Amino acid sequence: MAVGKSVTRKDAAAKVTGRARYTDDLPMPGMRWACYVRSPIAHGRVVRIDTTAARRLAGVEAVFTFEDVPDRPFATAGHPYALNPDHADVADRRLLTGHVRYQGDEVAVVVARDRLTAEAAAARVAVDYEELPVVVTAEAALAEGAPALHPGGNRVNTLRFEAGGKVDEVLERADAVVESRYRTPIVQHCHLENHIAYAYMDDMAHIVVVTSTQIPHIVRRIVAEALELPLSRVKVIKPYIGGGFGNKQDVILEPMVAFLTLQLGGVPVKIDLSREECFTSTRTRHATVMRGRAAAGRDGSLAALDVEIFSNTGAYASHGHAIMGASCTKSCNLYPRTAVRFAATTHYANVPAAGAMRAYGSPQVIFGIECLVEEAARAVGMDPVAFRIRNVARRGDVNPLDGHELLTCGLVECLEEGRRRIDWDARRRACRNQDGDVRRGLGVACFSYGTGTYPSCVEIAGARLILNQDGTVHLQVGATEIGQGADTAFSQMVSETLGLDCDDVHVVSSQDTDVSPFDTGAYASRQTYMVAPAVRQAAEALKGKILAHAALMTGQAAANLDLRGGRIVFAGTPEEALLSLSDLALDAYYHKQRGAQLTAEASCKTMTNPASFGCTFVDLEVDIPLCRVTIREIFNVHDSGVIINPLMAEGQVHGGLAMAIGWALYEEMLIDEQNGRIYNGNLLDYKMPTFMDIPDLGCAFVQTREPTGGYGNKSLGEPPIITPAPAIRNAVWDATGVKVDEIPMTPKVLYRYFSGAGLL
Amino acid sequence: MFAIDYYQQAESVAQAVALLAAEPGARLVAGGTDVLIRLREGRGDYARLVDINGLEELRGIGLADDGTLRIGALSTFRQVMASDDVRRLVPVVAEAVGTAGGPQLRNVATVGGNICNGAVSADSVGALLVHDAQLEIQGPEGRRRTPLQGFHTGPGRVALARDEVLVALHIRPRDYRGFGAAYYKYAMREAMDIATIGCTAAVRLEGEAIGELRLVFTVAAPTPVRCAHAEAAAAGRPLTAETLDAVAAAVAADVQPRTSWRARQDFRLHIIRTLAARVTRRAAERAGGKF
Repeated sequence: MAVGKSVTRKDAAAKVTGRARYTDDLPMPGMRWACYVRSPIAHGRVVRIDTTAARRLAGVEAVFTFEDVPDRPFATAGHPYALNPDHADVADRRLLTGHVRYQGDEVAVVVARDRLTAEAAAARVAVDYEELPVVVTAEAALAEGAPALHPGGNRVNTLRFEAGGKVDEVLERADAVVESRYRTPIVQHCHLENHIAYAYMDDMAHIVVVTSTQIPHIVRRIVAEALELPLSRVKVIKPYIGGGFGNKQDVILEPMVAFLTLQLGGVPVKIDLSREECFTSTRTRHATVMRGRAAAGRDGSLAALDVEIFSNTGAYASHGHAIMGASCTKSCNLYPRTAVRFAATTHYANVPAAGAMRAYGSPQVIFGIECLVEEAARAVGMDPVAFRIRNVARRGDVNPLDGHELLTCGLVECLEEGRRRIDWDARRRACRNQDGDVRRGLGVACFSYGTGTYPSCVEIAGARLILNQDGTVHLQVGATEIGQGADTAFSQMVSETLGLDCDDVHVVSSQDTDVSPFDTGAYASRQTYMVAPAVRQAAEALKGKILAHAALMTGQAAANLDLRGGRIVFAGTPEEALLSLSDLALDAYYHKQRGAQLTAEASCKTMTNPASFGCTFVDLEVDIPLCRVTIREIFNVHDSGVIINPLMAEGQVHGGLAMAIGWALYEEMLIDEQNGRIYNGNLLDYKMPTFMDIPDLGCAFVQTREPTGGYGNKSLGEPPIITPAPAIRNAVWDATGVKVDEIPMTPKVLYRYFSGAGLL
Repeated sequence: MFAIDYYQQAESVAQAVALLAAEPGARLVAGGTDVLIRLREGRGDYARLVDINGLEELRGIGLADDGTLRIGALSTFRQVMASDDVRRLVPVVAEAVGTAGGPQLRNVATVGGNICNGAVSADSVGALLVHDAQLEIQGPEGRRRTPLQGFHTGPGRVALARDEVLVALHIRPRDYRGFGAAYYKYAMREAMDIATIGCTAAVRLEGEAIGELRLVFTVAAPTPVRCAHAEAAAAGRPLTAETLDAVAAAVAADVQPRTSWRARQDFRLHIIRTLAARVTRRAAERAGGKF
């Protein structure tokens, strides 16, 4: 039984020894380099572009400007194709543009024989701009008379819904109503491997794109759409990838490299973005401003949550139109007995385009909600943990928005476990009446999340198993390993169902859309759950074929046989081997009269999407004069159903906590509100925390068994990032008595709040 | 790949001086932690390089007969941190360079480069200034000595002619004996960062009082600054909270913090005042004092 065991990651040794091959490790004779010419201003139109000097440079092979590319807008968001045109993604991109909408927008591209030449040539493309007024904030972008970034105006969409009661009426008669405004910053994913892709043609018709992506099958479709080619003429290969966190759930370089190879007779052309380009010209997390109200009763009930939120999607929509919808609706499982109302507006602005990033808007929405809930608890004089336990979801609750019953929910147990583990009551008592320079505080916050995108999008996954001649199996999936450990989890599932050791299950880690089963890729914390049915079906089918062949070989009835530990046994006496799987495999392949290559393939759609839950507890110190927060202890407790691989699960939690601490205390892309200039688009000035800044991280799991999933599991990839920030903010409040309603809580921000509160 | 147009490896300091004199626009490259970054940014004014990494005469840390500590300009931060002489006589220098960048940077970045690049934020400079380090410089006319105090002339600028090479730093016994010292790098993260404010203090006690305070701030003015007003406020004063308050109050007259996108002036001044008191206290405690 492999599920539930901390088996070693499939790719661990290959990655730490440097054997794993990433896109840049796959050279190709004759590779050309392409380099973008980027706008130095945040909003304007190109009035003149002169490529003469660039073309004259030795080694330059081509220069294309916005006038040379197809005038056909396409959408880049990494979603499955929508049959319903109303649900299609926003098509607002061209390969290059003459209307630049952020500092770094792409007006031309240079192809040269090497990188230095390409960069030097790009710098020689002379561009004159007519500057247009710049809008950076929600207020400016949505003001009357604001310059429109796109033909339809700056409002991408507004989502409104109310569920679980009439919020106005509840607010009217509530014992206590609290209200606040919250602000969250633009941050960047900062995955280790920058965006990189190359393309070439190996015959007269087909384009091969090799790219660092989370979503190879979707990339294939979008490249075909952007270039107006039949989908089958594009093939996408995904090698090992160095992290994505949602930034590679988008199509960024692939249509351009495909266009360039097509233009240049099939020669290989590569774009390898610098870190600085990744900051400005890939995707970011949406900045938000929220105005929220909460109503609470003296009985400890959270009666209503009323949320108005503005989400800044930047220069292009990317995922923007979908993120608020996903995050607002997913939050409805958290307090299902509370009346909720959401009004969420997504808007354009002259800042880098925001897209998918770990937990897809939920950190922003939950930050506001969990700050409000903290305030509501205090308004009615209740302990913040007790108030949450009183109000959070329990098994059997019904989601007020979609009417689905929560078949599993361990959130109360998570909160109780956290309270016990941090010794909440005693430590909190010790934090009363502090007056020194350094003060200590405790904080908590909780979340709900989904396990995929259904019913918003199709959920489809495919798996193929092949019995090798030596009795091992190869597993091919369309789902992608992007560092999260998916391949290993899938191998555990095969092992569990097929009765083979994990070491005998090889997972083909690279996807090739010509060969790999169809799957939409790594996002929405979907893969372990959505791929499980396909893996299970394929494993069961292969097992059936193996046992049928064993019956042929042994003359026994297949129904009496089983596969255990790589051996064919009688189901009733599994300790005794009838036949080894390797002997069976040789027979199946090479016996002249019976058998065949034994394979099994399954492609499954899933129409369920269970909620996962969890919380963060934190104990920290604030040095008030130095405006500094030091975390003494922090951990998450998760209900993610059955934990497939405890060690990898812990790694996910640690990674999410660390990223969240960056979001809460350190990271922000600083952009001038007047001219859209990006001040800190590099890893020195953008203060992503280092190993020295991250405290010891803890985690615990409350394991429920989700009945709708293949192996009882629910989402875990994204959720760990959701609650640390509000928990830290609530702890800072606990320590200092100052409510900080914005993140990141950098020293500069804390100085402003502490000065305002008279602490300095 | 870097677009380097000219590259010579010097075989002696004299040859380095001659190469710099002969090749207009040429610069020294030592650890390369500034030069290669500029080259990566496409800066053409860093494309002509005279490499001094092979020059043993610029290396080495040791004591002269009179007890003067010599630190070769090409000493890496790592070598400074590991030097027994530095740790015993001027531990704040090791403490300070230990805050620069990360381990990879400290393995190659040199003390000489940290001074000669004129950075207002240089981590080594405060510690060297409180110990009144003397610079040994070689030029076409031979060698000269000059105090580090006054060497910085503006942001990114120092009083070094373009055909001169910093050979070594010297710290005299009178500038380290009896001092306790401390450095606090106020940065936005604990590694891989440049100081928002750097504060170095050295205190020599006289009985129960502060005999002498030497206080230096970096990133608080266009050059690293010794804080005469704050130092005067401490001289001869007892080890009390009032003395520290007086230091914090006086230091505003010594610094000129500015508002930039990185931080506002009022915030910087608040941190400067807070650090002036805290770091002075730590230095006094390291000198054996008790508050």
